[in-house]
Amino acid sequence: MTDLAPDTILSVRDLRTWFKTKRVTAKAVDGVTFDLKRGQTLAVVGESGSGKSVTSLSIMGLLARPGAIESGEALFRDSKGAAHDLARMGPRGFRKLRGKEIAMIFQEPMTSLNPLYTVGDQIGEMIALHNDVSRDEARKSALDMLRHVEIPDAANRLDDYPHQMSGGMRQRVMIAMALSCNPSLLIADEPTTALDVTIQAQILDLLRRLQEQFGMSILFITHNLGVVAEIAHEVVVMYAGRVVEHAPVVPLFAKQKHPYTEGLLACTPNAERDLDPAGERKALYSIPGTVPPITNLPPGCAFEPRCRYSISACTKVPPQLEPAGPERLSRCLRSAEI
Amino acid sequence: MAAVASSAPGKTPNLLIRLLGRPTAAIGLIVITLVVLAAIFAPLLTPYNPAQLSIVNRLTAPNPEFWLGTDDLGRDIFTRVLYAGQTSLSVAFAVVIVASILGILLGLVAGFFRKADAPVSRVIDAMMSFPDILLAIALVAALGASAVNVVIALGIVYAPRMARVVRASTLVIRELPYVEAARALAVPTPVILVRHVLRNITSPLLVQGTFIFAQAILAEAGLSFLGVGISPDIPTWGTMISGGRQFMNSAGWLLFYPGLAIVITVLALQLLGDGLRDLLDPRLAKDI
Repeated sequence: MTDLAPDTILSVRDLRTWFKTKRVTAKAVDGVTFDLKRGQTLAVVGESGSGKSVTSLSIMGLLARPGAIESGEALFRDSKGAAHDLARMGPRGFRKLRGKEIAMIFQEPMTSLNPLYTVGDQIGEMIALHNDVSRDEARKSALDMLRHVEIPDAANRLDDYPHQMSGGMRQRVMIAMALSCNPSLLIADEPTTALDVTIQAQILDLLRRLQEQFGMSILFITHNLGVVAEIAHEVVVMYAGRVVEHAPVVPLFAKQKHPYTEGLLACTPNAERDLDPAGERKALYSIPGTVPPITNLPPGCAFEPRCRYSISACTKVPPQLEPAGPERLSRCLRSAEI
Repeated sequence: MAAVASSAPGKTPNLLIRLLGRPTAAIGLIVITLVVLAAIFAPLLTPYNPAQLSIVNRLTAPNPEFWLGTDDLGRDIFTRVLYAGQTSLSVAFAVVIVASILGILLGLVAGFFRKADAPVSRVIDAMMSFPDILLAIALVAALGASAVNVVIALGIVYAPRMARVVRASTLVIRELPYVEAARALAVPTPVILVRHVLRNITSPLLVQGTFIFAQAILAEAGLSFLGVGISPDIPTWGTMISGGRQFMNSAGWLLFYPGLAIVITVLALQLLGDGLRDLLDPRLAKDI
């Protein structure tokens, strides 16, 4: 517990979250390790079913049965400097941390607000819940937060109901609610996925500015590498419940050390690369096959069936996460060659 | 629709206006309002006292002096129907309140807490497997016959219906992202239950409450008729029918008019309930 580095706010160590039923055990998160430094943004990337959302829910203590943390640690340092192991925390401990120390924003801004209350009321509720303030003070702070998240004409929007706002505005309100008690860690689970691209860029800009103002660290869950390039300092790529590559953002985009990451990047549209010399459009690359069911992973590397670098050794032993250059890790037998 | 056009632009017309825009619901609402007003203002509507005996005028058929006739003790039926409405309606309303409180508690617990769902739901199922009136008779027999105990017994009988509606709606609301968001931001569970769940399921509660109101009027009359309910001295529509039973062939008005009051009230409540449901639950609406 005490070996948490001073500049690290969250240290996830060999976290395993399994969904056990009578017949099968789904290892949704199987030995995930990463550190998030104070004031930085760590992006967790992966396609559907890779375990990225389960990782964030495990950290928040919001797992629904039969999901449970099997082993591992998730050390969190609160604003007073005390360390907590979120993997072993009970509901009572979480109630003290959630909102005040750790806050979360979700994917669906359209339904993440209660339709029956005004946004000012809902932000105010959060503030009143975690601070000893009067209704008027809570309302004033709510207005303040609306200004922080750059909602135009905030004083008049305070008494709007969620249905009177657009998706982007509602996501701003969600961010305002999450940040209203000045948490030191913000977990953002695909906060821009449901928004259109221009609004996505605005929300990412806003998060970056708020990070500078409030100094919080962000754990950013996404499947969109474009978003990662915008906001992350460090990137963890997940596949079938395991980390397959871990690297700072710039080196990662320059050179991928795992075939899966390489494939993911090849899947993003690129105007120059996707036109052949005659100016005709080429088909967009896609990784062949699908993620194997986590209840039935191949004996070797989980990505091997879809990998174009696969050799016979890949089918035998699962590869380990090993250093693959300065400050980076890759779970691939041939990482040195690619 | 006329109701929509009549409201201010850009604002959803309120429920009352929208209800009046539907003929059957409007009739239900108007009739039930008149019934309630007639019961409340009974002293102003009739010159007689409901307990006033008159040997001379016993069992007179309806006539200009006694509009609906008199009973075997010479009491004016019209007066008694109005005063009986006070008791019948307030007993039924109290039943709705008791059934709602019990049903909301059970339903929220069953719907929100997964572990509690199976045991609570089985208890609800078991209660619903009894015929309503038999369970009510058993409960009144156990508690003793009095107006308060009739309310408690019928409240327990109808609580499972309310609980099922609350449970089903809670199951839906529980999975919505704003409930998860509230949990992620450490809103205490009781606050989530009241602010985020209960407030969002008031529509089905209102509909179910209206139907229970109608059912409770019938059940109270049934209990009184069987002689296990409210004391025969207190006029309710049920006790009036019960008391007039032996004159069914010679002086039918003793039963007919209180029975008519029950039919009109229950029908009006059912129409109102149907209208509310169509308005508040678009999936069930027949004409949208």
